[in-house]
Amino acid sequence: MSKEIEDFDADLSGAGQDKDKAGWFKRIKKGILTKTSEKRETQEGLWTKCPECNYISTQTELKEQQYVCPKCGYHHRISSLQYYDILFDNQEYTELFTNIRGRDFLGFTDLKPYKKRLEDFWSNTNMDDSMRVAVGKAEGEGLVVAAMDFAFIGGSLGSVAGEKFARAVDHCIQHRLPFMCICKSGGARMMESAFSLMQLAKTSGKLSQLTDAQLPYISFLTDPSFGGITASFGMLGDLNIAEPGALIGFAGPRVIKETIKKDLPEGFQRSEFLLEHGFLDFIVNRKDLKHKLAVVLRHFRN
Amino acid sequence: MFLTKISGYPSEILNFDAYQEEKIMPQDQVRQFLDFEKPIKDLLDEIELTKERTEKTKIDLSDQVAQLEQKVAETRKNITGNLTDWQRVQLSRHPDRPYTHKYIELMTENYVELYGDRNIKDDKAMVGGFATLDGQTVMIIGQQKGSNTKKRQLRNFGMANPEGYRKALRLMKLAEKFNKPIITLIDTPGAFPGLEAEERGQGEAIARNIYEMMRLKVPVICVIIGEGASGGALGIGVGDRVFMMENTWYTVISPENCSTILWRSWDFKMKAAEQLKLTSAKMKEFGLIDGIVPEPEGGAHWNYSVAAHNLKQQLIASLKELKPKDPQQRINDRIEKFSRMGFWEEYKQ
Ligand SMILES: [Zn+2]
Repeated sequence: MSKEIEDFDADLSGAGQDKDKAGWFKRIKKGILTKTSEKRETQEGLWTKCPECNYISTQTELKEQQYVCPKCGYHHRISSLQYYDILFDNQEYTELFTNIRGRDFLGFTDLKPYKKRLEDFWSNTNMDDSMRVAVGKAEGEGLVVAAMDFAFIGGSLGSVAGEKFARAVDHCIQHRLPFMCICKSGGARMMESAFSLMQLAKTSGKLSQLTDAQLPYISFLTDPSFGGITASFGMLGDLNIAEPGALIGFAGPRVIKETIKKDLPEGFQRSEFLLEHGFLDFIVNRKDLKHKLAVVLRHFRN
Repeated sequence: MFLTKISGYPSEILNFDAYQEEKIMPQDQVRQFLDFEKPIKDLLDEIELTKERTEKTKIDLSDQVAQLEQKVAETRKNITGNLTDWQRVQLSRHPDRPYTHKYIELMTENYVELYGDRNIKDDKAMVGGFATLDGQTVMIIGQQKGSNTKKRQLRNFGMANPEGYRKALRLMKLAEKFNKPIITLIDTPGAFPGLEAEERGQGEAIARNIYEMMRLKVPVICVIIGEGASGGALGIGVGDRVFMMENTWYTVISPENCSTILWRSWDFKMKAAEQLKLTSAKMKEFGLIDGIVPEPEGGAHWNYSVAAHNLKQQLIASLKELKPKDPQQRINDRIEKFSRMGFWEEYKQ
């Protein structure tokens, strides 16, 4: 089976919003296109076909299975809120810093002004940006969880996510709580230019403060986690853990393929590959996540 | 790109008295010209011709030569005064531009180059070592580009692998141990996007550097001397002071790659350069860097000595400012400085 190369360009450009433009990608890039738009279409329907084994399940069944394919174990991409429901006891949590929103400080215009892009995403997604922060308990263990949403401009890291991350760290220090970030992003938000790059420094600097406060930080890498994410908080966990089969890396597969002019080996940049090369503490199935998280939090605490 | 061989130099360039002639550019250097530098090339060619005529005819044409040299100076000034953002990107990549080792040679003495990350290998795209700057020992580190095809390949076009970032961190920790200030010179089109780079954790290497640089107890000064592309640049770019040489750029992605992703075509690199607002002037305006180091008229490649002299003055002044501070205060200030970067609005629910 020859697999298509994953590519986040369309998502990072915000074109996932616009089916025509996603179609443009398909035509131009031929074999190396994103499948995201197709996934989105099926997820909106009543039936979802597993991209790995073609097993067809209903939404209800998938939800019961925490969006893990009952047949082959494929982990579907889910949202920050879905992770919160899985993680927090009784699905109870408080979302923090909900009053921060992006603005188009640079007046950046590509095929669409960034301002307009933000407005479109705000109205189409019910998200303020690519990251949420919430505080709650997992098996009784209190923690703060930052979680990224791939559906908001490819989960791209910009000023808002950086600021929420920074405030989350401050909240942890103030309330003596451990911190986890659920990474899911194609990389930095290009429409914020150097400001997005500086979020790598900003978030890493805050993690330095968390270290000084001797509070644990867990980076949970999910599909996909790329670019500025792995070059900052994604790889800076006291524990770096990942979901099975997640695509994780610095340079995107398309760019690497173009550089080396060869096909990429099977399993390249998947969680299992990272574990073998020594960059992950462990891989955890979504169904075991909450319990395993609680166990390690107790180890840190006791 | 045009090539022309220059046997001598316009007297205006030679008259920078603080430095010796050979340090400006090597003798018999084949100068290379970007498209928008063609007017300078034409004038220089004319000077050559006039000099040849003098030799042959024994008629004194020195007035004419002096006039032409004056024109060269004016043209250089005009060109750098009216560059588009994209042209400035091109200038930052000028093949004659001074690279890290050139700056080290011209700014410092007693440079002892140190190799290797003590783990995998020595990355030739990242260089560094101890050196004496204005009488004090510093650790100076930077990406190194090559000046000809063979050297460019050796230096991997200034694109470091994870071992390069780990080598840089090793040298920084060494400097910290012996309480020496750190200077980094940044010039990279990006961290290398290769298969082995991923296997060895390119993301982790850069992340670790950013994190550790935040925590260094010694003063850290970072300077973009050419290209400042993305995480590859920031991987040695976290400091108490960050400067850009005048004709350089610094942002999250190269204009070419930005064009490919956001405009879905290679053809919008000029537009991308404009939209990214990646020049030293814009970066200073945004408060993302602390200052701009002026270059000689026409760009650093017209006079290495002046470029190095200007940078050296800036480094000396900044070190003087930073050294008396308490180390923990410096770290707090550093984190605080980067924490302020970003733009958002707070709205009522
Ligand atoms: Zn399946």
